[in-house]
Amino acid sequence: MEYRLTTPLTREALAPLRAGDTVLLSGIVYTARDAAHKRMTEQLDRGEELPFPIQGAAVYYVGPTPERPGCCIGAAGPTTAGRMDSYTPRLLDLGLAAMIGKGARSQAVKDSVVKNGAVYLGALGGAGALMAASVEELEIIAWPDLGCEAVRKLRVKDMPLTVLLDPAGGDLYQSGPAAYLASLEKNDL
Amino acid sequence: MKVITQEEISSLVARLCIQANTSLPADIRAALDRARQEEPWPLAQTTLGLLQDNLTLAGKKCLPICQDTGMACVFVELGQQVVLEGDLEEAIHEGVRRGYEAGYLRKSVVGDPLNRVNTGDNTPAFITTHLVPGDTLTITVAPKGAGSENMSRLAMLKPADGVEGVKEFILDTVLKAGSNPCPPIVLGIGIGGSFDKVAYLAKKALLRPIDQPNPDPYYAALEEELLEKINATGIGPQGFGGRTTCLGLAIEQMPTHVACLPVAVNMSCHVTRRATGSL
Repeated sequence: MEYRLTTPLTREALAPLRAGDTVLLSGIVYTARDAAHKRMTEQLDRGEELPFPIQGAAVYYVGPTPERPGCCIGAAGPTTAGRMDSYTPRLLDLGLAAMIGKGARSQAVKDSVVKNGAVYLGALGGAGALMAASVEELEIIAWPDLGCEAVRKLRVKDMPLTVLLDPAGGDLYQSGPAAYLASLEKNDL
Repeated sequence: MKVITQEEISSLVARLCIQANTSLPADIRAALDRARQEEPWPLAQTTLGLLQDNLTLAGKKCLPICQDTGMACVFVELGQQVVLEGDLEEAIHEGVRRGYEAGYLRKSVVGDPLNRVNTGDNTPAFITTHLVPGDTLTITVAPKGAGSENMSRLAMLKPADGVEGVKEFILDTVLKAGSNPCPPIVLGIGIGGSFDKVAYLAKKALLRPIDQPNPDPYYAALEEELLEKINATGIGPQGFGGRTTCLGLAIEQMPTHVACLPVAVNMSCHVTRRATGSL
C-alpha cells in the first residue's frame, strides 16, 4: 500500500500503516541525531522546552552535508537509528509520532512504537542525493555548534519512505527476509 | 631521486577526497549493476535500482553519494627515492581540510572520543604509510562511513577453530549487522598476523577491487564460498529481504603465531569509496 501523509501526524492517520508499506511524507521534519538527542534529553531532565513541538512530530536521523550555493540541502540519507534507541521511548511517550532512519531498533523502542501508535519509517541508506531531492527548505533551529548534528527544520514534499515498524508490531526487517526465504523454499522464484 | 612538495601532495589529496565522495569505483558500479540483473526478488531489485538512481543523481547534481562522507582514510605508498619537501602528514591533513571544504563534504570527525567536539574540518586524516621501491608517491583516499564501520568485528580465535571457525565468525558478523550497515555490503576480511595487523589487513582488503579474487586459489575459493553463504541469508538490499546482501568481499592473509588465529571483518556498504593518484 502507498500512503500520502502530512505532518503533524495523528495516531489515527498512522494506525492503518503496516511494515513494508510506502509513505510519501510532506510537511515539516526535524533532524536530530546522537548529540542532539543527548541535549534534548538533558533539556527534559531540567524541565525545559524542546527545540520543536514534539506532539505529532516526525524526526529524521540525519546529518546532511553542507549545502552548495543555490541548493537548500546537501546529501541527506539516514543514519543508523539504533544509536538513538536509549533516548527514544521517552520522546515517543511525549508524542513523537514518526522516526525516519535505517537499521534495527531495540525491543524497548518496538514496544513503545506499539504502545504509542507511532511508526518507524525507513529512508534509503546510502542514498544521500536521492533522499535530498524531496527537501524544499532547511533552517537550523537549535545548536549550530553541533555542525552536521545541529537540529534542522526541513520542509519536505513526498519524501519516499518505507514503513519499518508499524503500530501493530510489524517489523519489515523480520518479515521482509522471511518472505524472501519462504519464497525460495516454495521455489516461487 | 624526485622532489615532491607539500603543496603538490595537499592538492592531490584534496582532489581525491572530492572524487572519492562523488563517484564510485568502476568495480563497485559494475557489481551493483550485475546484482540488480541477477536479483530474483522484485522489491530487492527495485531497491537496487534506486541505489543506482542515487549514483546518477549525485553525479548530475555534484552531491556526495552518501551524506556520511566519512573519516578520511589515506593510504600512502612512498617510493624510497622520493625526497619530500615539507611534512608528509601535514600535507595530507591540509589536503583533507581543503577537499572537505571545497567539495561541500560533511565534517564528521570529533577531536576526542569521549569529549566529542567536532574538529570542524574533518581532520585528522587517518594515515597509513608504506615504503616501496622507486620514485613515485601513490596516494589512495578511502573515505569510510560509520554506519558500516560500527558493524566491524575482530576475534582472536583458537587455531583449533580452523577455517570453519573463521567462516562462522564472518557469517555471524553479517547476521548481527543485519540492516545497520546499509546492505548490500562489501567486506574486507583479514586473517592471521597479530591483533593490530589483522585489523589493518581487513581495512586493506577493502582497497582491492571486488572483481579481483585473492591470488592464492585456496583463499579465492574461500571468498567465493563466503559470498554465496552471505547471499543465502535473505537479508537483502537495505535489510528488506532478497538475495543481494553482499556485493563482494576480499580476504587478505598473513603469517601468524603458532597459538593464534586472528580474524577481522571490516564492514563496508555499497558506497565503498576509493580514489587513487600518483606524483
